[in-house]
Amino acid sequence: MARWSMVIDLEKCVACQGCSIACRFENNTPVVSQELALEERAMRWNDVFPMPHGEVGEFPNTKTHYMTRPCMHCENPPCIKVCPVQATYIDDEGLVRQNYARCIGCRFCTVACPYGVRYFNWYAPQFDPDLAQHLNPDRVEGKGVLEGPSVRPKGVVEKCTYCVHRLQKAHAQAEAEGREFRPDEYMPACVQTCTGKARFFGDLDDPNSTVSKLAKSKRAFRLLEDVGTQPKTIYLQEGE
Amino acid sequence: MMALKVATRDREVLIDPLFQAGRGFWLLVTFLLLVIGWGVAMYVRQVWSGLGVTAMDRPAYWGLYMVNFIFFIGISHAGTLISAILRVTGAEWRRPITRIAEAITAFALVVGTFQILFDIGRPDRLLYVFWYGRLQSPLLWDAFSVTAYFLGSLTYLYMPIIPDAALIRDNLPENAPGWRKLLYRMLALGWQGTPTQWLRLEKLIAIMAVLIIPVAVSVHTIISWILATTVQPGWHSTVFGPYFVIGAIFSGIAALFIAMTLARRAMHLESYITEKQYRNLGYIFITMAAVWFYFTYAENMTSAAGQLKEEWPVLASKLWGQYAATFWPMVLLMFIAFWVLVFPSFASRSWQRVPIFRPRFALSSAVTSALLLGVLTIPQTRPVLTSIDPVVSRQTLIVLTTIFGFLAGVTILPWLKEHLVEGTVIASACVVIGMWLERWNIIVPTMTHPRLIGNSAYAPSLTEWSLFGASLALFVLLFIIFFKLFPPVSIWEVVEGRVLDRAQEKVVVPMPESTRTPASAHAGFGDD
Repeated sequence: MARWSMVIDLEKCVACQGCSIACRFENNTPVVSQELALEERAMRWNDVFPMPHGEVGEFPNTKTHYMTRPCMHCENPPCIKVCPVQATYIDDEGLVRQNYARCIGCRFCTVACPYGVRYFNWYAPQFDPDLAQHLNPDRVEGKGVLEGPSVRPKGVVEKCTYCVHRLQKAHAQAEAEGREFRPDEYMPACVQTCTGKARFFGDLDDPNSTVSKLAKSKRAFRLLEDVGTQPKTIYLQEGE
Repeated sequence: MMALKVATRDREVLIDPLFQAGRGFWLLVTFLLLVIGWGVAMYVRQVWSGLGVTAMDRPAYWGLYMVNFIFFIGISHAGTLISAILRVTGAEWRRPITRIAEAITAFALVVGTFQILFDIGRPDRLLYVFWYGRLQSPLLWDAFSVTAYFLGSLTYLYMPIIPDAALIRDNLPENAPGWRKLLYRMLALGWQGTPTQWLRLEKLIAIMAVLIIPVAVSVHTIISWILATTVQPGWHSTVFGPYFVIGAIFSGIAALFIAMTLARRAMHLESYITEKQYRNLGYIFITMAAVWFYFTYAENMTSAAGQLKEEWPVLASKLWGQYAATFWPMVLLMFIAFWVLVFPSFASRSWQRVPIFRPRFALSSAVTSALLLGVLTIPQTRPVLTSIDPVVSRQTLIVLTTIFGFLAGVTILPWLKEHLVEGTVIASACVVIGMWLERWNIIVPTMTHPRLIGNSAYAPSLTEWSLFGASLALFVLLFIIFFKLFPPVSIWEVVEGRVLDRAQEKVVVPMPESTRTPASAHAGFGDD
């Protein structure tokens, strides 16, 4: 079994938000109106934002630190511990997943997540008529299961899944072709699209994978290490 | 079959009014139903379009509904816990107020549970909590403990009703409708008042009283753990469990004081609920106030001293930031409550000869102090006292506010000493509002000060306020309907108390080195 991990090199990141856009189209995340966005009801599975209090220096010599943030896919996720109905859970390959068919919308997980990666469907999602015809048809669906890019009903929580449907498709293809699944057959949409090639994806259990090597770098750090969540999304800090 | 008898005065005050309803009653019911109807309409709208109609957002994922949930469940600790502890410890003066206390518990739990229904995004999946429950989730512990507490307190409310229902069954007035006859006959469970039945009932109530105490403690502890088991700044605190339990009992007693005073006025129970109840329960109330101050100080002092990067902004926002407007009123209200309860005992009747010790003087001082406080805290576009340096004028205002506030507090003392009931109700109102603000100050500042999201603000929307209003109305409605069906005072317990009193009067206790005459010797004992 693999242990999926993402490494984001902040030195290479130009904060272009390409990852956010790729994510939005891959995962059918609705674009909300400007009013709703101002009410902080926007969905940003993959967010690019300036760090709060991250501005250094005095005007005009200032620098703002930007952060690009998918789900951390923690090894010790605070969100799954508080869910009363197991709508969110960590699977065998270390992905923290969210079942929209089970979620009761209590928002305990959104409150418990220190990273703010979880989003709530305040209203039923609405898609622009043109966009609505080009939704990603991939679905993770079953009896009592609705996950991944499947269009969410109102009143449930959703979050970045490391594009779990891509992993399922890769597994299915390997099985259909009657061969072993290779870890390089799968990467999330944000990694694929990244303009500066700042994102890396792979198996943390394989000591020779790119992510394993980068995770040992002197520049490697994890967000909010002090809260004990052990994220599998790893950052490389700016500067050589 | 022998009919049970009831004393004429008990019958006239406690049973007969159950079958009369004046215009005031129906007007009140209509008003409450209108408020509830408005709330239902707003709720239907919320379910129809989604929780977007509330003001909750990211990161303020929880808001007024959660505040009200904690508040109402807190209120529910009035009854069962207090009446159970008083029963177990054999406090005789509890007898006339247990029924009201237990009713508050049951109805506050009903209304509190509604808050969960308001808050969740998929109310249709509420039962998933039981189907797919995960034992590791504090919300599941909460579902279990609240359910256990609700069933337990319903039983505990019902058991003492059995003999009373039998009493009413046998003493129905002429005009009693048929369904009421059936109701009391069914609820009385064939009660005949035989020694065996009494023995069984007393035993059951005694067992239930002991069992319900740990359940009640667990309920509010677990509610605090919903917050404390997360790692969010300001919540991850070990003191939350006991702090919440104390706060719950504190607000519960306050609610009980208000409810029993209203019942006393409306149903003319002055001869049952006397100053003794106010005084003795008042002592517990004062203790809770002191413990509450201790916990509040302990909780905030450690955060203030630690100055942790994430925790400190939450506390700072309460001390002088955007939540100072709810934090300091909470402290002030609790202080007023403490003052009103404790300090009248230091006043002397002779003070009234001095003409400033008058309510109207106290009131005008309080208003002056409040106005000065308003000038101090509300941002002014121009300096208030242009001829004086701003710093000096600010200091002057602070000194004047304090002096007038202190004057108001001191000059009201003789009046408060004379008016125990009114004073207790004033203190209780302060505590109920103060405890609501405390819940707000715990939920909202932490929600709006997360780690990675820029600070935000939260102000409830019309939907949320409407559902709050409807919840309060539902609470009152359940309460008054219940007391149109059952006597507000547990008749048999009061009668039992009278029998015990009479028996006690016959016992002459010799007092060592007493200078009193034997005739008044027993006056120093008991609850007189």
